[in-house]
Amino acid sequence: MKTLVLVEHDNVHLKDATLATVTAAAKLGEVHLLVAGKGCRAVADAAAKIAGVGKVYLADDAAYEHQMAENVAPLVVGLMDSHDAFLAPATTTGKNVAPRVAALLDVMQVSDIVSVEGERTFTRPIYAGNAIATVESTDAKLVITVRGTTFDKAASEGGSASIEDVSGPGDSGLSSFVSLAAEESERPELTSAKVIVSGGRALKDAATFEQLIVPLADKLGAAVGASRAAVDAGYVPNDYQVGQTGKIVAPQVYIAIGISGAIQHLAGMKDSKVIVAINKDEDAPIFQVADIGLVGDLFQIVPELTSKL
Amino acid sequence: MKVLVPVKRVIDYNVRPRVKADGSGVDLANVKMSMNPFDEIAVEEAIRLKEKGVASEIVAVSIGPAKAQETLRTALAMGADRAIHVQTPEDVGSEVEPLAVAKILKAIADEEQPGIVLMGKQAIDDDSNQTGQMLAALWGRPQGTFASKVEVAGDSVQVTREVDGGLETVSLKLPAVVTTDLRLNEPRYASLPNIMKAKSKPLAAKTPADYGVDTAPRLKVTRVVEPPVRQAGIKVGSVDELVAKLKALGVA
Ligand SMILES: Cc1cc2nc3c(=O)[nH]c(=O)nc-3n(C[C@H](O)[C@H](O)[C@H](O)COP(=O)(O)OP(=O)(O)OC[C@H]3O[C@@H](n4cnc5c(N)ncnc54)[C@H](O)[C@@H]3O)c2cc1C
Ligand SMILES: Nc1ncnc2c1ncn2[C@@H]1O[C@H](COP(=O)(O)O)[C@@H](O)[C@H]1O
Repeated sequence: MKTLVLVEHDNVHLKDATLATVTAAAKLGEVHLLVAGKGCRAVADAAAKIAGVGKVYLADDAAYEHQMAENVAPLVVGLMDSHDAFLAPATTTGKNVAPRVAALLDVMQVSDIVSVEGERTFTRPIYAGNAIATVESTDAKLVITVRGTTFDKAASEGGSASIEDVSGPGDSGLSSFVSLAAEESERPELTSAKVIVSGGRALKDAATFEQLIVPLADKLGAAVGASRAAVDAGYVPNDYQVGQTGKIVAPQVYIAIGISGAIQHLAGMKDSKVIVAINKDEDAPIFQVADIGLVGDLFQIVPELTSKL
Repeated sequence: MKVLVPVKRVIDYNVRPRVKADGSGVDLANVKMSMNPFDEIAVEEAIRLKEKGVASEIVAVSIGPAKAQETLRTALAMGADRAIHVQTPEDVGSEVEPLAVAKILKAIADEEQPGIVLMGKQAIDDDSNQTGQMLAALWGRPQGTFASKVEVAGDSVQVTREVDGGLETVSLKLPAVVTTDLRLNEPRYASLPNIMKAKSKPLAAKTPADYGVDTAPRLKVTRVVEPPVRQAGIKVGSVDELVAKLKALGVA
């Protein structure tokens, strides 16, 4: 089987989410990558070095700069004449583009796979991860999004794939990019961090969240996450949200502070290796999944913890 | 401008789903069902567009068994003007997949000619996150997924999207498909008088065949199991003990 993987990038750097998707694709067959962007040859060069990659397609065009689905999907569809499966990381970019490709190919997408069981058989979580379904596709071609936390990352060095320039239909004229408000941060990215410190509604407000959670995260070299309640209340930006409908994470250590452990939150972090919970309610559901729990008032515990580390 | 709002009846988000012992699926017998939370947000946004004078009529659509009508009545009670129920069989294994839902919605869009289709980003049962994008593709229209802000201006709509790196704003030519994220709005509750009024609002009964759509599934679900259960661990009694544990893990 020939597979085509959508590379996740920002026109400068190749993102780690790509590497787990390459591992999933390699279980199906030969791996080809697509870099769609503008002024993104450096990304294609990095893509060509990934171990196990046979070929890199580079579509360098202003129409692909912001990877608008309206423009990228027809480009992918063109390449699918010579491929059997299209895989994208289950990031917001992948989730935006892949279903559009699937519909144009008249294929039912297999979303958010967590394992490859056979040529056309996969497992995927449903109902906020409270059930795992084994699904078999009967479509002629496969369209898949891949959950990054459950596949190992392919080695980013060792490959020497060729780079082939391709072009697609270009700008559809249906949509245009206006702006991106991104927060620059020195901290590790949530989805690839080894340690995550997450705060919930109990943190009171943005200033308190900043005063308590951030110094602890800094001490541990950790990424900062949050529950939906903390994001809704404006303590932190939307891209901090961990959960069923936010980011899926699986760090070595996940520290949940003042988070009750609703099923929607657990869906995003229960595959973490070690879960630590700090909560004043000893019956909080988070303790049912926590490896290490500390019952008490976070306003006393967290400053003490930060100072003792 | 007409707004079309597809709404799905799903397990209530407060219910913990249980997998059936025979591995055939999740047990929905005697389980509380509700409108998919993202679809409530879509209905609310449509009502706000109408209140602003941007939308003229709100049409709610649901594809599903007889009980999907309850969900449509909820949408009508919130403020939708009329509803279309595309009825599908009750039995297990006859759930309609996103691709077929998108095809039915495309046929309805051709008939109704909405200016915007406002729908949820994700149904919390199948967690597919694909129907809106598929509809946009089949309809040949732009898509604004994961919306936290929607502003219609003339013949286009500006959508602010919740993306992994922050907030992205795009401009889409109308008609367009917009899928909602959690922070777009807080849906209203239907008042008792509006619940009563909703009973007499028009609800059209259709079937997939009326739209010429084959709903045979493309994905075979061969097994549904519980995920591995995590065992609760230990509780420590002090910050010092926690520090020692973190040191032992090699992270501190
Ligand atoms: C469609 C849908 C999607 C959702 N998606 C997500 C998602 O992706 N991610 C997500 O997180 N949620 C999601 N939710 C929301 C989820 O259901 C919960 O409402 C949310 O996770 C609760 O956040 P929380 O634990 O911070 O707040 P709460 O549930 O209010 O918990 C606060 C906790 O802090 C503890 N506490 C209070 N004061 C102190 C103190 N001084 N010291 C120590 N502990 C204290 C309390 O005991 C309590 O356990 C979703 C909901 C819906 C309907
Ligand atoms: N059977 C259905 N009837 C009406 N709308 C649906 C149906 N299935 C999905 N949708 C819409 O599509 C959105 C995304 O669903 P999904 O792609 O299944 O995650 C939902 O939030 C609904 O707005």
